[in-house]
Amino acid sequence: MKKLLVALVVLLALGAAGFWLLTAPSTYELVRGAPDVTVASAPNLENGRTLFWAGGCASCHATPGQDDRTRLGGGLALESPFGTFHAPNISPHPRDGIGGWDVASFIRAMREGVSPDGRHYYPAFPYTSYQRMGASDLADLFGFLKTLSAVEGRAPDHVLPFPYNLRRGLGLWKLAFLDGKQAQSDPSKSAEWNRGRYLVEGPGHCAECHSPRAFTGAIVADKRLSGGPDPEGKGFVPNITQHEAGLKSWSKADIAELLKTGFTPEYDAVGGSMGPVIRNTSQLGDADRGAMAEYLKSLPPVASPPRPAKKAD
Amino acid sequence: MLRIAIATIAVALGATAVVAQSDVIAQRREIMKGVGAATKDPGGMLKGETPFDLAKVQKALATYQDAAQKMPTLYPENSKTGGETTAAPKIWEDMAGFKDHFAKFAADAQKASAAIKDEATFKANFPAVLKNCGGCHETYRVKKS
Repeated sequence: MKKLLVALVVLLALGAAGFWLLTAPSTYELVRGAPDVTVASAPNLENGRTLFWAGGCASCHATPGQDDRTRLGGGLALESPFGTFHAPNISPHPRDGIGGWDVASFIRAMREGVSPDGRHYYPAFPYTSYQRMGASDLADLFGFLKTLSAVEGRAPDHVLPFPYNLRRGLGLWKLAFLDGKQAQSDPSKSAEWNRGRYLVEGPGHCAECHSPRAFTGAIVADKRLSGGPDPEGKGFVPNITQHEAGLKSWSKADIAELLKTGFTPEYDAVGGSMGPVIRNTSQLGDADRGAMAEYLKSLPPVASPPRPAKKAD
Repeated sequence: MLRIAIATIAVALGATAVVAQSDVIAQRREIMKGVGAATKDPGGMLKGETPFDLAKVQKALATYQDAAQKMPTLYPENSKTGGETTAAPKIWEDMAGFKDHFAKFAADAQKASAAIKDEATFKANFPAVLKNCGGCHETYRVKKS
């Protein structure tokens, strides 16, 4: 009996130690390899600006209740099935924002979802998409963020129930769902298509809302971009594959126009959380919007995931 | 007998309420579709796909003003759900703000109507009117498909 008890305690200790090891942010780098953080020269601020709008940073991080999309004081509440997240301050404020960061810390945050002091970020911050960006683009984006105004004040903490409040557990989630792969261009496709895929799947992180998620919170891979329940809980996010229920009947110009003005071919103005997205994509150049449209037009049709049962009136 | 009469009246009233409710939902959907349809011509002109036509532009602006007047009256408390409505609960939480959006839409359309005389003034003034569409949908509509 005593032996059994000792064995049990040893097993538990081993289990706890295993969990601790597996969930360490450094373990992720051991498994996936450390990202390239070498940055050659001074940042290209114009490219950084493009990536800032393509990446939609302002949608979550701009201080709510004011019109300047470049004041990134954070504080916006994002309600999700896992609890409420509060977007942090990413303005260049030295104490409350990212003013004290170096570029390598920024690249790790964007590609590995880890903070400078080694804590995991929750994937409400879409690093599963941002990991496609390379060191040079990320350095340009970081350079651009540094030119914005410093905003004082910190966002409230996330409000998450157990077990989602255990950040450490995210280490396992990342080992399962964060592949660490930077975008590679496909030489068999045009430069425009490759640019479009990069913008859509990388900084643009379209799939983060336009895909259904499994109970783990990870995107269902074979349903990518086919739409899904709004992660914030109301309504349904549209299918943007070439399925009939999606963008099959839209021309490339129709998609580019939507990204520019927010109007569908029927002159319905998109709303909800796509509203702020249009405020971002309207700042891009026509060539980039055209490239995103080119890539979306090339996607295979995927049927939308089933709608939630309609509530009785 | 009295009981039957009361019951009949109650049922009739209930039925009217249901009809009225699905009625306003259908009405506001029709009006919004009309606004979208009215935008086709000026939208094409803005993109340079169709030639500028002042009469069509003014017609669209009149449609907007008419819609902006009718719409705010079509959201009674009993029309929060039902039909194919995509109205967000926010409308009833913030009815004053919701109505302000329509007032601004009407005012912007009226202002543009006075300012637009030719293609140049059209291109300078019309986009500001269209900004109202997305601005309102962002807050007060829930996308369902």
